[in-house]
Amino acid sequence: MARIRDIAQVCKSKNAGPFMVTIDVLFEDHDLYRQVKATGVLNAGLFARLYGVNEADVLFTPYDTAAAFKATLPRLVPAGDIGDTDVYGAQQHAPLLDVEVPVNLQPR
Amino acid sequence: MNEYRMLSTSGILGYGYAEESLRIGMSWNPHVIGCDGGSTDPGPYYLGSGKSFTSRLSVKRDLRLMLQAAVAAKIPCIIGTSGGSGGEPHLQDTAALVREIAREDGLSFPMALIHSEQDKASLIARVERGATRPLAKLPPLDRATIERAERIVGMMGPEPIARALDQGAQVILAGRSSDPAQWAAPAMRAGMPAAPSWYAGKMLECGAEPSVPKEPDNIFVWVRDDHIVCEPPNPIRRSTPLAVANFALHENSSPIHHTEPGGLLDTSECRFEAISDRSVKISGMTWLDAAEYTIKLEGVERAGYRTITICGTRDPVLIGQIDDYLSVHREKVAAKAASFGVPPSDYTMVVRTYGKDGVMAGWEPERTIRAHELGFIIEVVGKTQDIANAVLAMARTSMLHADFPGRLCREGNMAFPFSPSDIEMGPLFRFSIFHVVTPNDPFEMFPIEHEAV
Repeated sequence: MARIRDIAQVCKSKNAGPFMVTIDVLFEDHDLYRQVKATGVLNAGLFARLYGVNEADVLFTPYDTAAAFKATLPRLVPAGDIGDTDVYGAQQHAPLLDVEVPVNLQPR
Repeated sequence: MNEYRMLSTSGILGYGYAEESLRIGMSWNPHVIGCDGGSTDPGPYYLGSGKSFTSRLSVKRDLRLMLQAAVAAKIPCIIGTSGGSGGEPHLQDTAALVREIAREDGLSFPMALIHSEQDKASLIARVERGATRPLAKLPPLDRATIERAERIVGMMGPEPIARALDQGAQVILAGRSSDPAQWAAPAMRAGMPAAPSWYAGKMLECGAEPSVPKEPDNIFVWVRDDHIVCEPPNPIRRSTPLAVANFALHENSSPIHHTEPGGLLDTSECRFEAISDRSVKISGMTWLDAAEYTIKLEGVERAGYRTITICGTRDPVLIGQIDDYLSVHREKVAAKAASFGVPPSDYTMVVRTYGKDGVMAGWEPERTIRAHELGFIIEVVGKTQDIANAVLAMARTSMLHADFPGRLCREGNMAFPFSPSDIEMGPLFRFSIFHVVTPNDPFEMFPIEHEAV
């Protein structure tokens, strides 16, 4: 088992327009990306559980070219509206960091 | 033409870049230079207030170097989403700055302003013709929403920008524009195919972001028939496949489908190849023309007036019962506000607790507080500024002095770092319009105005 924070090179969030937030996980090592993808741990259901949104509202896309996973979901509050805590949406990635993926890490 | 070269100076005009980068980039003979001037990312306030989120001093510095370089090289200089939000005050402030620089530096050039602020009557007519539809699960656009809006802009495609070039402009200040449009426009006008031209725009829209170390700076793109090449002029930076991949995901809901005014950029079959240790070739992008041409509308409305205060506690007894304390505080504030004539319907109070869930609110999975101190921002949004100020003042004093079980710190519960403690933030705006409209053509919503500077 390995945590996302230990195997990914990028794990980030940002607005995708004022009503959505998009979360990306990127791997420098394309083989490792393929292993992670094959486990199926990263999927729309995972993001729905981590963020308490409906799975149907999660747009989940693996992007092989970039060795990346992207999930886009509705924000809790539109950017800048009353009660928003993160106008740029740049600090909503943390719950993903500790997600464990069953991959075997080769010493690098 | 089989190669078109473009230089983008920074992530946002006013975020800065190294002067040396521009000198090196200009030595690579770009056909056009430019910079994106704005974004909705800083939130709805800037579109509503007509102000920019960048400072006049830093924008003037970035613009001055670009205008000098463009005039010396006799190439166009294009600014997208002028003034941060692209509304009329934002466009006019940027134009005034350009005129001021030209006067100070003895520069002259033909300039075009492309307006993007939309008048309400014409938008209401479009709604009544059924020419609008909502994005992001908003309700359909209606007359009342348009009438309530403080300011509405349309997001132009590349066509008005290309037309301004056709009409002889060298410096173009676009109002709200799709981020890649200011780059797709000159490239396609020079005869380059749509797919690499649009992709070039995606790589150029945030300056040096597709490079490491990531910092606002220049990026240079070569557009060729079936690929682009991306390289930062600054020798301390490198474009790598990972940096390009990271940026390819930036601020879009999908990494493979990018919707633009006239069609769709499909990047699902893209390949990123390092062609040196600091430049990347990107190929495989495709462009699909849309069945109908659409323009995105962005509008904001006033949601009230805001006042805030900042404070913190270092008291472990209070931290141990903070949820209960804050709910008692809320009741006390409501009762006291009612006593001076302000009912709960006239304001909203939000208390943000840093050290607990100040960053993620309802999305915070960690329920245990481990911090030895907690920071608070108390916020009141009122129907008027007076109401916000009055309720916030009461919320501040209640937060400082309210009793709680086991209280030892009987002189005050909070450390306030500032005097004055209460910060009036003025009107609060919210995004109310995020819809698309089908115009009669790509130009009619974006009048072009030429002047000799």
